[in-house]
Amino acid sequence: MLTLSPRDKEMLDGRRGPAAQFAMQILVRMADVYEARELMDISHAHIDSAIYLGDATLEFAERLASLGARVAVPTSLNVSGVDECGWKDWAVSPDWAAKAARQMLAYEKMGASPTWTCAPYQTAMRPSFGQQIAWGESNAIAFANSVIGARTERYPDLLDICCAITGRVPAVGLHLTENRAGQLLLRLIGVPAALQQDDQFFPVLGHLVGKLAEDRIPVIEGVSVSPTEDDLKAFAAAVASSGRVALFHIAGVTPEAPTVEAAFHRRAPEQTIDITVRDLQSARAELTTTDGRELDMVILGSPHFSLAEFERLAPLVAGRRAHPRVKFLITSSRLMKEAAHEAGVLAPIVDFGARITVDTCILASPMLPAEIKTLMTNSAKYAYYAPSLLGSRITFGSLADCVRSAIEGRVVRDDSIWQPTV
Amino acid sequence: MAADGVIFGRAIVAGDARGEALVTDESLSFWGGYDFRTGEIIDRHHPLAGVRAAGRILAVPFSKGSSTTTAVLLESVRAGTAPAAILTTGTDSFFALASIVAELMYGKAFPVVALADADFASLETGMHLAVDRSGAIRLI
Repeated sequence: MLTLSPRDKEMLDGRRGPAAQFAMQILVRMADVYEARELMDISHAHIDSAIYLGDATLEFAERLASLGARVAVPTSLNVSGVDECGWKDWAVSPDWAAKAARQMLAYEKMGASPTWTCAPYQTAMRPSFGQQIAWGESNAIAFANSVIGARTERYPDLLDICCAITGRVPAVGLHLTENRAGQLLLRLIGVPAALQQDDQFFPVLGHLVGKLAEDRIPVIEGVSVSPTEDDLKAFAAAVASSGRVALFHIAGVTPEAPTVEAAFHRRAPEQTIDITVRDLQSARAELTTTDGRELDMVILGSPHFSLAEFERLAPLVAGRRAHPRVKFLITSSRLMKEAAHEAGVLAPIVDFGARITVDTCILASPMLPAEIKTLMTNSAKYAYYAPSLLGSRITFGSLADCVRSAIEGRVVRDDSIWQPTV
Repeated sequence: MAADGVIFGRAIVAGDARGEALVTDESLSFWGGYDFRTGEIIDRHHPLAGVRAAGRILAVPFSKGSSTTTAVLLESVRAGTAPAAILTTGTDSFFALASIVAELMYGKAFPVVALADADFASLETGMHLAVDRSGAIRLI
C-alpha cells in the first residue's frame, strides 16, 4: 500500500498546480505498478521524452507546457527529433522540423537545460556516486548506474518528465542498495588482452551480454585491460540495445564491483555463463548485415561523440580526404562540437570531409536521403537499430576501419585480430 | 492453457480486450521494433519481424532496449495501431506506463497482464482470447 507525503498529496489534489497534479497522477499509478510503499526524492533528471515521434509525443509535451509545468530538480535533455540549426542540409521535411522544434521548445519552457545529448554523463550535469536520479535513455541509464554508481530505475519516456516535475520517484528497484547486487556471472575465458584492447571489444561484449542477461544484473569477470570512459559508454549503449540491462558490474572496473564477490553482495550467482572468443566472434558477426563492399556513409557517434573521441579521430584523418562517393557523418552535441573546435581537433576532421550533426542522430531524425542504403559504423547501437529503423544495411568495424573505408570508398576491415584461431 | 481454458494473471493495467494471440519468447523494444504507422513489428533481430500486431493480444515476456518504447506505444494508441492487450511475464513498467498515459491523454487504455511463467508458456499464436478486468484470460 502506497503512503504519500503531505507534499505528494498536495500535488495529487491540485494544490500545487495542474501540471504537478497531472504528473503526480501518473507517478501514483506507476507506484502501484512497481508495488512501491512510498515515493522518494531525486536531485537530477534526464529527459528522453523530448524526442519527437509524431502527434502524440508533441501533444503530451504541449499539454504539460500549457499546464505550466516546471521541473523541480536540475534536468538535462536527451536528443530531439531534429538538428535545430542544421536540418536544412538533410532530407528532413519542414513539417517534421517545425513539430520537432515545437516539442523541444515545450521542454525548454519547463526549465530543462538544452543539453540535447544522449551522453549527459559527459557534460557538467554528470551525477555523482550514490546520487538518486531519474534518468531516461537506455544507454544513459546503464552508464549512470554502472559506471558512475548513481542510482536510477530504467525510466521510460513520458515518466521521466513526471519525475522531474514532482522531484519524486517510487522508492523501488535500483534506487535501493539491496536491488543492485549482481545476479548473473559472465566469465571471460581465454579472451586475450590483445583482443580486449581492440576498440571493437567493448561494444561487441555489450551486444553479447545484453542478450545473455535477459532481465538480470550481469557481472563480468575477466576484463584484464583498463577500459576508457568511451569504451564503457560503447558497452553501455550495446548492452541496453540488445537487452534491457540498466545496471551491470565489471569486476575491478566499475565502482560497485571492486571484486566479483562484492558485486554479488557476497551472495551466490543465480547462474554462471562462460564467454569465449568464439562467442565474441559470433556476436560481432551479428552486428553486420551486409556482405558487400558498397558504402554510402560512415556514421559515428551513438552515443554522441565525445571530445576524447574527436581527439582520437583527428590524427587518423589529418591530411586525408574521404572518397567523394562516401559521406562521413558524426552525431554529437553542441557542447562537444564546440569543445572539439576549441581543442583544435575539429578542423582536420572537417577538412577530411566529415560533417557534424548535433541535437539528434540518424535514428531520431529522418535526415538521411533515400539513396543512402549502406552504412558503416563503430557503434553497436547504430549497428543494432539502423537495419530496423532505416531499412539500411550496415557493417560494424573499428574506428580505423571506418576511416580507411571512407578513404577507399568501399568497406575494408582489418579482421586479423578477430579471426578464429585453430 | 489449463483444461478449463482459463488462466489468471495480475492485471497491471486492468481492462477488457478480445483478439487473436500473437506469442513470442523474445523480448522486444518498440522503438526500432514497432512501426506505429502500420502496427507491424519491424525489429530485424526479432522472430516476429514483419508480423502485424495491431489489434492482437501480444504476449511478449518483457520490453527491452530503448526507453522510447512507451512513446511509440502511445503513438500507436493514438493512431489505432496498438495491440489490443499485452501479456507479459513479470511486471513490465514500460507497457503499463504507455497504457496509463494513453488513458489520460486519449481515454483509451489497453490491458496489461502479468502471467506466471508456466501460464505464459501455455499460450500459442492463433488462440482466440478474452482478457477481463480481473486479469483472467479465457480461450474463446
